[in-house]
Amino acid sequence: MRAYTPKDNVQKKPYYTDRYWVAPQVAKHDVSSDAVFAEDLEAIKAQFDVLEAYIQVDQMVVIINPADNFAVIEMLKNERAYNQLSEMSAIDWLADEGKFEIFYQMLSMTKRKRLRIKCKIDEKESIQSVEKLFRSADWSEREMYDMFGIVINNHPFMKRILMPDDWEGFPLRKTYPLQGDEFAAWYEVDKIFGKEAREIIGPENRDPARIDRYDTERFARLGHEVPRGTDISNGEPDTPLVYQETEGVFMIEKFDAEKSVVISDRDR
Amino acid sequence: MQQSNRLRPFFENITFDRADNEMILNFGPQHPSAHGQLRLMLHMQQEQITKAHPDIGYLHRGMEKMAENMIYNEFMPTTDRMDYIASSSNNYGFALAVERLIGLEVPRRAKVIRMMLLETNRLMSHLFWLATTALDIGAMTVFLFAFREREYLMDLIEDYCGARLTHSAVRIGGVPLDLPDNFIGDLRKFLDKLPENIKDYEDLLDTNRIWLMRMENVGVISTEMALSWGCSGVMLRASGVEWDIRKEEPYELYDEVEFNVPVSDKGDNYARYKLYMAEMRESAKILYQVIDMYADTQPQLMAHAPQYISAPKLDIMTQNYSLMQHFVLVTQGMRPPVGEVYIPTESPKGELGYYINSQGGAYPYRLKLRAPSFWHTGILTDLLPGHYIPDVVSIIGTTNIVFGEVDR
Repeated sequence: MRAYTPKDNVQKKPYYTDRYWVAPQVAKHDVSSDAVFAEDLEAIKAQFDVLEAYIQVDQMVVIINPADNFAVIEMLKNERAYNQLSEMSAIDWLADEGKFEIFYQMLSMTKRKRLRIKCKIDEKESIQSVEKLFRSADWSEREMYDMFGIVINNHPFMKRILMPDDWEGFPLRKTYPLQGDEFAAWYEVDKIFGKEAREIIGPENRDPARIDRYDTERFARLGHEVPRGTDISNGEPDTPLVYQETEGVFMIEKFDAEKSVVISDRDR
Repeated sequence: MQQSNRLRPFFENITFDRADNEMILNFGPQHPSAHGQLRLMLHMQQEQITKAHPDIGYLHRGMEKMAENMIYNEFMPTTDRMDYIASSSNNYGFALAVERLIGLEVPRRAKVIRMMLLETNRLMSHLFWLATTALDIGAMTVFLFAFREREYLMDLIEDYCGARLTHSAVRIGGVPLDLPDNFIGDLRKFLDKLPENIKDYEDLLDTNRIWLMRMENVGVISTEMALSWGCSGVMLRASGVEWDIRKEEPYELYDEVEFNVPVSDKGDNYARYKLYMAEMRESAKILYQVIDMYADTQPQLMAHAPQYISAPKLDIMTQNYSLMQHFVLVTQGMRPPVGEVYIPTESPKGELGYYINSQGGAYPYRLKLRAPSFWHTGILTDLLPGHYIPDVVSIIGTTNIVFGEVDR
């Protein structure tokens, strides 16, 4: 019987697991341990639902409802001096709970604090763009759409950014294999020559070190060059090296290892 | 109309048949001054740009995806390929993020060596920036001068780790090697000459008529725009925001060394050029101080954390448990605790951040690379309209974008 491989998460798994091993946790501190963050959290709590909030590795993490994302970030920007959105992206939890987690990494330069706003949305759910608040979200949201297929509402230019426009599939989803799917493997061939050329061209060689000894179409041994397509199954003839300048060429001196000097001192 | 599954020769570069006389020009992706694989779709009215669409992704290798399928130590050489002009700073950012996730303290000598690597990398990156930008503008001499100095630094790095471009010279938990004997002497020799070299560049460029025309009041980024677009590093400081992560959120030994953060409120190309020059001098200042720190450190190079970090080679070769632990860490990889971190560092290009979400496994559950150049390319959308074609070259030059980290 073939071993079962889960289809919802095809990322690499460790081949060894200790069933009694309990993973340690990075400490989550209470928000009240930091006065600045406590104030910020109060301000958020006054207007919005906060599902969870804690401090982890010196940064506050606030989990909110996805519907509030624009309003919370607007409030943080205008009232709490979080003046830069340094990063935003998503995490794929589809295999576990059928959700995407979206995080907004924010920075306040006056307070020297960083906080992370997080919210979870369903697979088909879309989320409000924050591009009106931070232009940097323009490209981040496009990247998020490109990589996860999360559709953003009110985005000015919702288009793939890293992958080609006609790409199928979303590369950073856990269901997407590292080596790419069938569409990815034949993308160039299909696009340039058409599907019918697949058999003629053959699959892409993913092993850069692969050398077919008898393939004269793509590779020839140095010093044993033969015309393209020659049958060399019985070995190829030697091609002796011939230099044009045997008789000497004007202005060009032949290299003489005896006369050359190796510079050892690196002083300029 | 072109069929979607065929490539046919057609004049895709220039479209003239617009009613409003607007021309669409494809700048790149093979344009030599596009600093890698940048394609700009420029809408033009005569020579003036009315709309710009940067198109990226030509160097996309899916590093975040790769990270999800690799153990943490395996990913280190991949980080080299982000900002390949200063690869140690990428290595360092990743190592620091994992160390903070684990809660690891690095030995002092490793910190000193990391500081040296970081700052030599900053110098290398800035010299490279100066060389290529000057070359784009047409200043061949500066290019040759700056590459000469960069070559010396690359030789230094080669002496340390054996590689010139992709160093992988930082490990999670420390550094792999101590400095070779000649390193500090050579570095000092270089630093002693550096002010002279910088003065040479400045003498050639500072009051150069062509340089000023191409740089002054070109590509002005306002403070609001820089903040809104997530700019960092020189791009932000040239727009009047005094924000250097080394100063504001110090890591390693940056709180022990003295250096200034040069700021300008002009926001144009020339301001950025001046800041790069000033930063080189500050880097030299930091390096002098770090050299002095080296002598009174203990020889330990890697942190002692048997659960995550292999023991020193001597122990592995002589002690059974060290060997077993090393074997497990190499074949299965370390398993950091469950949690997430976002750790920013000040790379030569700006804020280089690593977001790691660990679920206690040997592979990161999610790793997001926050590369500064990504947003410094995005800002071209808003920055280029109103400028002219020759300005595009100098603006791309001073944004100092590297496509290894834009596309990742």
